Amino acid sequence: MLKIKNLKAKRDGKSILNGVNLEIEKGEIHALMGPNGSGKSTLAAAIMGHPDVEVDEKSIVTIDGQNLFEMGVDDRAKNGLFLAFQYPVEIPGVSFVEFLRLSYNSIQKHRQGDKFRELSPFKFKQYVEEKMKMLHMDTSFLDRNLNEGFSGGEKKKAEILQMAILEPKYAILDETDSGLDVSALKIVAEGAKILSEEYKIGILVITHYKRILEYLKPSHVHVLINGVIKKSGDYSLAEELDREGYKDV
Amino acid sequence: MSKKLSPQESKLKTQQTYKPGFSMPDSSKFDAGIGLNEDIIKQISKMKKEPKWMLNFRLKSYGIFLSKKMPDWGADLSGIDFESIHYYVKPSDQEERSWDDVPDSVRNTFDRLGVPQAEREYLSGVKAQYDSEVVYGSLIKEMEDKGVIFLGTDEALQKHPEYFEEYFGKVIPPADNKFAALNSAVWSGGSFVYVPKGVDVGKPLQAYFRINAAKMGQFERTLIIADEDSFCNYVEGCSAPVYTDHSLHSAVVEIIVKKNARFRYTTIQNWYQNVYNLVTKRAFAYQDATMEWVDGNLGSKVTMKYPSVYLMEEGARGEVLSLAFASNNQHQDTGAKMVHLAPNTSSNIISKSISKGNGRASYRGLVKVIKKAENVKSSIVCDALLLDSESRTDTYPYMKIDNKKVKIGHEASVSKVGAEQIFYLMSRGISESQATALIVNGFIEPIIKELPMEYALELNRLIELEMEGSVG
Repeated sequence: MLKIKNLKAKRDGKSILNGVNLEIEKGEIHALMGPNGSGKSTLAAAIMGHPDVEVDEKSIVTIDGQNLFEMGVDDRAKNGLFLAFQYPVEIPGVSFVEFLRLSYNSIQKHRQGDKFRELSPFKFKQYVEEKMKMLHMDTSFLDRNLNEGFSGGEKKKAEILQMAILEPKYAILDETDSGLDVSALKIVAEGAKILSEEYKIGILVITHYKRILEYLKPSHVHVLINGVIKKSGDYSLAEELDREGYKDV
Repeated sequence: MSKKLSPQESKLKTQQTYKPGFSMPDSSKFDAGIGLNEDIIKQISKMKKEPKWMLNFRLKSYGIFLSKKMPDWGADLSGIDFESIHYYVKPSDQEERSWDDVPDSVRNTFDRLGVPQAEREYLSGVKAQYDSEVVYGSLIKEMEDKGVIFLGTDEALQKHPEYFEEYFGKVIPPADNKFAALNSAVWSGGSFVYVPKGVDVGKPLQAYFRINAAKMGQFERTLIIADEDSFCNYVEGCSAPVYTDHSLHSAVVEIIVKKNARFRYTTIQNWYQNVYNLVTKRAFAYQDATMEWVDGNLGSKVTMKYPSVYLMEEGARGEVLSLAFASNNQHQDTGAKMVHLAPNTSSNIISKSISKGNGRASYRGLVKVIKKAENVKSSIVCDALLLDSESRTDTYPYMKIDNKKVKIGHEASVSKVGAEQIFYLMSRGISESQATALIVNGFIEPIIKELPMEYALELNRLIELEMEGSVG
């Protein structure tokens, strides 16, 4: 279980999260909605360990019982947390595949311990291509540098591909749907759905729009307002918010 | 790197057909002691059995060295004490030091890079001789069959004086600068290469020089003539650290690239942190010729090096790819010079520097176009990456353009390793030091990809090692 308990956090000295509580079981899909400035992205950043977010000492987030706030960012990933970024950064000169391989090796080494054997570059590329097939993605960006010159759609597809390759236990998709056209949105959203079912990944999808939720069909929907979860419900809550907005929440 | 021999090299190893390419002509003991005067220069020349004109050249150069003042426009050179330097020690007389005397930092780097033991001892001066002829002799034989002359400079002067009379000291005259004058007075070692007309050397001349670089000592002198229509990619140096007691390394490299020839000279140097590395490198490129310098500088205390190309005739092209890594307490003052002396010539400079800790990397470059040189194209790109808040970079791009019909482009950028980049990579399970190394390696990738594979791999690993110490 990914368990968020009384999460309070500041950014630039300002309180953004004021005690968020949330529990996500493996294989569940939860949606987190809310107006601009409600703290949705800060929640994602706090859980992953962004250096600009200052988490209150008493807050606890555990992943299958282990406290994430006692770990560095890389160790959170090794223990099964994944964040699909809203704005994936470009890293010039770094090959996408080489980065993926480094990342995969480092996470698998942690999971498998002494049993771990690195895949050869050739085998690894085959592994990546299988995943791309599974996600119905074309391989055009595979030979390029990490996010360098990627279109908005390619960046988001690359995030979902990374999720497929790393097979996390829990993933946060931070506005993965923003700026996508209909066909890219479909690939990205269906991809996340496939991965959740295939690997029992618990997903927290952060979004403004119902569009992506139509593909993901979350079992739980939460509304974040002023840094606290004001309302939770099932999928029908997303439909209700889509019709009526946040004013009555 | 060369820790594993390729199948081809292993084969060469078993053949053992060729006799030494680098040997000193005399076996008598000689140590010039500390400091410099005319008598020492006479002794050096006599010992080497040089022609009279070379002795005169040395003596004249010595006079110029004394009369020139220290360059005051670049890095701080006040730590150099000319009186305490050994100007000449015969290689076979160099004192061998014990492996235990080699600093831990150097030994650890060897370990991590996987440099073979024999090579480690050589690079750190434990062994004075490295039996490279056994391994690479056949490669040299192959070159000889093509008519390529490939010798130590001392030996070449004995065997082929005609090239020296015509070209030696012509590209870089002793009066060019104080350190070129010093080198001209006391030079010893270095390499001589002649590539005949129309010859394509094919594979890079590299393995041999990787290991010989360390032996070349402090005042090596290299002369290269690439005859018309020839092609050669020459690689020297070593990205593994070279440990030496010498505090001054002052080399001169002169290259003549004749009509329609193409020559690339790749250097990677990683001197120990006590070394002042002050090197003058220049090439003359004639009609439609191409000269490319690929110059990587790591290590040393201070490096001042500006490989240059004089574009002598129409259609000549010059390129410099420069990479500098300034770590703690280091100043890399590097760059390039392009001198356009003829119409329709072009030049391209790409400089990438990285500063870590309190290290300082400076780009210093000159593009000069004389009045009669029309339709010149020149492009300069300097990118600097800072790893720490106290790291420093400076850019000194000089231009002297006396013709209006030119196209000159200049771009410069300074970036810091971004917190968002590190966070992104770490969120994928990559450690902070690996993440930094990845970003740095990505930054220098445009230059790394021009290097032979083993150099590229070793450089990437060196940078990973450097990063391990830098993040806490």
